[in-house]
Amino acid sequence: MLEAAQLECARGSRTLFSGVAFTLAPGGLLRVTGANGRGKTTLLRALCGLLVPAAGEVRWKGEPIRTLREEYWSDLLYIGHANALKDDLTAEENLAFTCGIAGRVAPRESIHAALARFGLAGRERLPVRALSQGQRRRAALARLAVGATQPLWILDEPFAALDAAGTQLVLSLAGEHLARGSMVVLTTHQDARITAPSVTDINLDR
Amino acid sequence: MLAVLRTVIHRDLLLALRRRADVATVLLFFVIVVTLFPLGVGPEPNLLRAIAPGVIWVAALLSCMLALARLFAADFADGSLEQMLLSRTPLGLIVAGKVAAHWLVSGLPLVVVGPVLALQFDLNQSALGVLALSLLIGTPVLSLIGAIGAALTLGLRGGGVLLALLVLPLYVPVLIIGAGALDAAAGGLSALPHLLLLAALLVLAAAFTPWAIAASLRISAE
Repeated sequence: MLEAAQLECARGSRTLFSGVAFTLAPGGLLRVTGANGRGKTTLLRALCGLLVPAAGEVRWKGEPIRTLREEYWSDLLYIGHANALKDDLTAEENLAFTCGIAGRVAPRESIHAALARFGLAGRERLPVRALSQGQRRRAALARLAVGATQPLWILDEPFAALDAAGTQLVLSLAGEHLARGSMVVLTTHQDARITAPSVTDINLDR
Repeated sequence: MLAVLRTVIHRDLLLALRRRADVATVLLFFVIVVTLFPLGVGPEPNLLRAIAPGVIWVAALLSCMLALARLFAADFADGSLEQMLLSRTPLGLIVAGKVAAHWLVSGLPLVVVGPVLALQFDLNQSALGVLALSLLIGTPVLSLIGAIGAALTLGLRGGGVLLALLVLPLYVPVLIIGAGALDAAAGGLSALPHLLLLAALLVLAAAFTPWAIAASLRISAE
């Protein structure tokens, strides 16, 4: 269970948002919406533990994530706004290294299967710099299909640069994940239609 | 956990292999700086022998620093660093892997080339061996200490100059001991005490700096 209590984040002297509170139970989906610059990414980074909020705290299974650290991160899969891809490496190598750095070494077959699922079959050996924006996003999101059993996914603008089919694929993967009793947090500008046992919405414009 | 260490080293070496120009520039910088001195000072064997330890070690220091700026910058820019910060493996271990790969690419070539360049300074055989050995023990210390500076200046404007101001003073002990080893060998004394001191610095740096680098990265990435 992921809880946030009275979260407040600031950039410099400007307060981005304050009083953000929610409880996300297993199977729960949290959609964060808001105009550009409202702090969606900042909220997600605070939920990951990448930045310390100005006030409030984030708790995972009742414990503050600041004390859990690696224990929390082993339950977390975060895909940020940046794709975390190396231009000089191939899609296959990128995916293998990202999984390896997360501490979850993945066999080659499952990496190929994940890339194929994201429509990159036959392009596994191309350096990422030869891929289009949408294809890069697909290569980054392919992590969701490599045995990503972490009970919490945090996705920052997963649909940016994706086409309709790619969006649908991510939606269905997130739906499957939620059906297994896991949790998903995502930011989006689009109306993300995911069937989830429970959906929480946070709008940072208000 | 060791699998992660291996993954990080493998990844960074592969990246260096795909971008060989970056590696070559640092090495060429070292070669050129060391070569400029005999050209500038003139063919005076006694003088060259006297300045050799200082010149070679200062050049090694500067080329190590030149390579540092790239250590975390690319990972920071493309988001890979965030993934490292969120790994279930302790960040100190990942960082140790990155510094190890960085040393293999930017430090080890200096160890190989250093003694060859030292021929220009008319150093004797035993001094060449000591030079290689002192560089072998000393350059990893430079990479480890420098990585703290690279982590702290990550994402700052004008970070390159700041990095130099931050890191170069910390390099002084390595410079003194490293050049001292060479001085001793050239003077016919045993270089062993200097080399042991350098080794002690290396052990100390290897044990503590990865955690300092990890803490600095968390601050810089916020």
